[in-house]
Amino acid sequence: MSATEPLLRVEDLRVEFSTEDGVVHAVDGITYEVGPGRTLGIVGESGSGKTVASLTTLGLTRTQGARVSGRILFEGRDLAALSDAELRAIRGNDIAMVFQDPLSSLHPFFKVGAQLIEALRAHREVSKQQARARAIELLGLVGIPDPQRRVDEYPHEFSGGMRQRAMIAMALANEPKLLIADEPTTALDVTVQAQILALLERLQRELGMAIVIITHDLGVVAEMADDIAVMYAGRIVETASAELIFDGPEHPYTWGLLRSIPTLDGSREADLVPIPGTPPSLIQRPSGCHFHPRCPYAQPSHARIDPQLRAVPDQPGHHVACLLEVDVRRRLWAQLHAGRMPEEAIAAVGVPEEPQ
Amino acid sequence: MSRYIIRRLLWGVVLLVVVLALLFVMFRVLPTADPAKLRAGRLQSPKIIAEIRHNLGLDKSLLAQFWVYLKNLFLHFDLGYSYYSNAPVKELIFNRLPATLSLVLGGAIVWLVAGLGVGIVSARRAGSRVDRASMGTALVLVSAPEYWLGLITLYLFASDIGQVRILPGAGSYAGLTSDPVKWFESLILPWLVVAAGTAAIYARLIRGSLIETMGEDYIRTARAKGLTERRVVLRHGVRSAINPIVTVLGLDIGVLLGSSVLVETVFNIPGIGRLNYIAITHADFPIVQGTVLVAALFIILANIIVDIAYAFLDPRVRYS
Amino acid sequence: MSDDALVQVRGLVKHFPITRGIVIQRKVGAVQAVDGVSFDVRRGETLGLVGETGCGKSTTARLIMRLLEPTSGEVRFDGQDITSLKGARLKAIRRDMQMIFQDPYSSLNPRKTVGATIGQPFTIHGLNSGKNERKRAVQELMETVGLNPEHYNRYPHEFSGGQRQRIGVARALALKPKLLIADEPVSALDVSIQAQVLNLLRDMQRQLGLTLVFIAHDLSVVRHMCDRVAVMYLGRIVEIGPSDALYGLPRHPYTGALLAAVPVADPSARTGERQLLSGDVPSPANPPQACRFHTRCPKAQERCSIDDPALEDKGTGTRAACHFPLSREEVAGMGVRSAR
Repeated sequence: MSATEPLLRVEDLRVEFSTEDGVVHAVDGITYEVGPGRTLGIVGESGSGKTVASLTTLGLTRTQGARVSGRILFEGRDLAALSDAELRAIRGNDIAMVFQDPLSSLHPFFKVGAQLIEALRAHREVSKQQARARAIELLGLVGIPDPQRRVDEYPHEFSGGMRQRAMIAMALANEPKLLIADEPTTALDVTVQAQILALLERLQRELGMAIVIITHDLGVVAEMADDIAVMYAGRIVETASAELIFDGPEHPYTWGLLRSIPTLDGSREADLVPIPGTPPSLIQRPSGCHFHPRCPYAQPSHARIDPQLRAVPDQPGHHVACLLEVDVRRRLWAQLHAGRMPEEAIAAVGVPEEPQ
Repeated sequence: MSRYIIRRLLWGVVLLVVVLALLFVMFRVLPTADPAKLRAGRLQSPKIIAEIRHNLGLDKSLLAQFWVYLKNLFLHFDLGYSYYSNAPVKELIFNRLPATLSLVLGGAIVWLVAGLGVGIVSARRAGSRVDRASMGTALVLVSAPEYWLGLITLYLFASDIGQVRILPGAGSYAGLTSDPVKWFESLILPWLVVAAGTAAIYARLIRGSLIETMGEDYIRTARAKGLTERRVVLRHGVRSAINPIVTVLGLDIGVLLGSSVLVETVFNIPGIGRLNYIAITHADFPIVQGTVLVAALFIILANIIVDIAYAFLDPRVRYS
Repeated sequence: MSDDALVQVRGLVKHFPITRGIVIQRKVGAVQAVDGVSFDVRRGETLGLVGETGCGKSTTARLIMRLLEPTSGEVRFDGQDITSLKGARLKAIRRDMQMIFQDPYSSLNPRKTVGATIGQPFTIHGLNSGKNERKRAVQELMETVGLNPEHYNRYPHEFSGGQRQRIGVARALALKPKLLIADEPVSALDVSIQAQVLNLLRDMQRQLGLTLVFIAHDLSVVRHMCDRVAVMYLGRIVEIGPSDALYGLPRHPYTGALLAAVPVADPSARTGERQLLSGDVPSPANPPQACRFHTRCPKAQERCSIDDPALEDKGTGTRAACHFPLSREEVAGMGVRSAR
């Protein structure tokens, strides 16, 4: 991690919602940091809590009755303790957010330019003409051709890729220090996705802003992220630099993810290795380690003990929440990486059975 | 866009003709009072009845009668003459139109303001006591029959018979041009009665629509931009939530302009509704045809206006 | 035309008319969703159809299934011309071709139990008419796809997305069809569940000797699942061939661009500036002249806007519709991960 003061530091964040079916523990004690100008990738599937965590950073879960504990330190201020008015000054200003589906995330009845102007005038004292000129400039900055014409069009008149560019332009209107992008390319075609990711990288270089990119796509984080946090059932199970996560992952869930996705250069004949079972309910979570029901290497005690995020020896910045021994994990991964199935790996490594 | 309007208007004309045809069939084929006999009154001799029938053109074939009516209507804007009083139907209707328009349009303004106001507040405080109280009241008002409400308000507030004598009673309607103050005062109670049930419906409508709209992604984006909650609700939320209201509003006004008879009767307002009702009791076909025609016209126009308004409100519609 | 082709498509065209008019609707143009597509689907193979939004892959699938009637062209299934089949004869063909859809949440009737949904094909075609017989057949299917047969009477909302997709597969396989078309079957599922459903499809194909047409936008998934792949752009096939050849050495610039755009799960492979495709896909109502791709193609020359290239064997294993196909060096320079 960077030696300078982190721009954003989330400490033991917990977010709960009361619903008819019970209390949903969407985020269950996560801690992470983002340095200025760096990119953090948060990887997780549905129900991992990644979206709730990022929405809570900006206080956008308050209207849904979320109960939040923990600290969200942005430039030293705890966002979780700020009033609505104070948070509003930061939203769209120092911290901006881009969402997954630009068609539903832009208001269908207002022109794109008008929505950009609104974002500008919410935080700056500018005249309408100045705002409009700046809006056209922003649309050009994100690579939308013919911005003078486009500024007066409606979202449905844009293509999917252009809409996402417009969303990004809107987010950048006030030159934020941190951009949170929640699945920004999931709804887009692959060539458009490549364009948008390249755009985000270029803008980050030019504006020096930090990015948190939330996605389920391991390829996207490999491309974009300096550091990666893997989330499962509301917790961070592993966090490290991108190179370490892909070279030497330490958590069985991360192994499962890596082994279950087809790649462009892997073997075509071998079956994919899925993670058995389904993601857990956030109301009735598994006891102890939340992943143990689906973990091929779980021991009986893992149902009783809650793993904490611990540093991996001799790998600075690499933390993992797993109860298996480090050297057992290393040998298991070596087996899996060589193409063996989990059962074969366990047999080869000889995971020590716990005394009953 | 203009192509669309022209097409709707053409279809509207077709619809009007169909409605008139149905009316013709209804009155002349289905069993009902014989206007010639009613007109003859005491002088019930077959010869006189036949003569009256001939004078009124009722001895011609159905198709011939319909053709004559249509010709008069489209070429001369002539709606015929009352069987009962021989007065031109057009005049009768136009004399009474302002009263009905005052009643309905005024009522519409009241129900919009009250309904939307209450509905938006309820939506923002969904589940609270305020919400439950207002929705409960709404339910009561919707269930109350108009004439009952009319009589109750008169009983409570009418200057002649009421408990708290603050407003003019039944029969005190005056035209807007002749006595504006009296016009306004005499319509306050009728407006409240017309608006009561409908305001309740609109409150529930906008409450539901707004609650749903506030869950949309673009509301989340608006908040993420740092806009004040008030701006998010009013400019982003209500603007979208209002669309179903617009559709319903046009139809409600259109329909009401043709069916305000109950309120007009209770408060003795000389409008089209009362005219229609009396004409029915006399089997006075021309008047009934005229009022139904006017009512159908209002509804068709209201539909077209609503569609156009919708296109203004929702830019996505314009391009289909 | 090879004998072992289960499906043969020749010159398939589907235009959706755009109309204008006040009283009478005039046709003023057309969305050229599918614009002259010819290919075979060989018995027992898995053919992938890939392309981005608006390329016509879903429309092509629906044309094969005769859910749509072609504007022109021919579809032959199992030797029979089904292009304009209707009524009872079309219904008879439907027993042999089935489809599974993308969204497991909207493609199952929420009011029908799982047992009823899976058993419906039997009802429609008058098979297994005894009540017990049907239940047994359905439960057997449920077990085959990895569902608990005791959940026969449950409703779709009681199942997860991956399980619902399994229900869709079971329903599709009820009549033991010859052809299964899967339209984006895993796009709406979580990554860890995708692998489960993909493995299931491969297993079912092996067990039942199915022919599979697999439509997806995820090129890595298509490479894993498919023996041959057809790449579509604006209603045409731009390249078609065996997976190893197509992924190993794509000849059509669009294929190359697609492959280069796939994000690679390996941080050390970040090569810097990749060659990106610029702009947006043109409207299918107004496609470019001659080669559809020439407006965005980095290799386009004057000839490409005049002379429509035919789908031809380029000598490296695939057929591509291009006057200036990619060379091995060019492919390597684009950063195509699967290149060899």
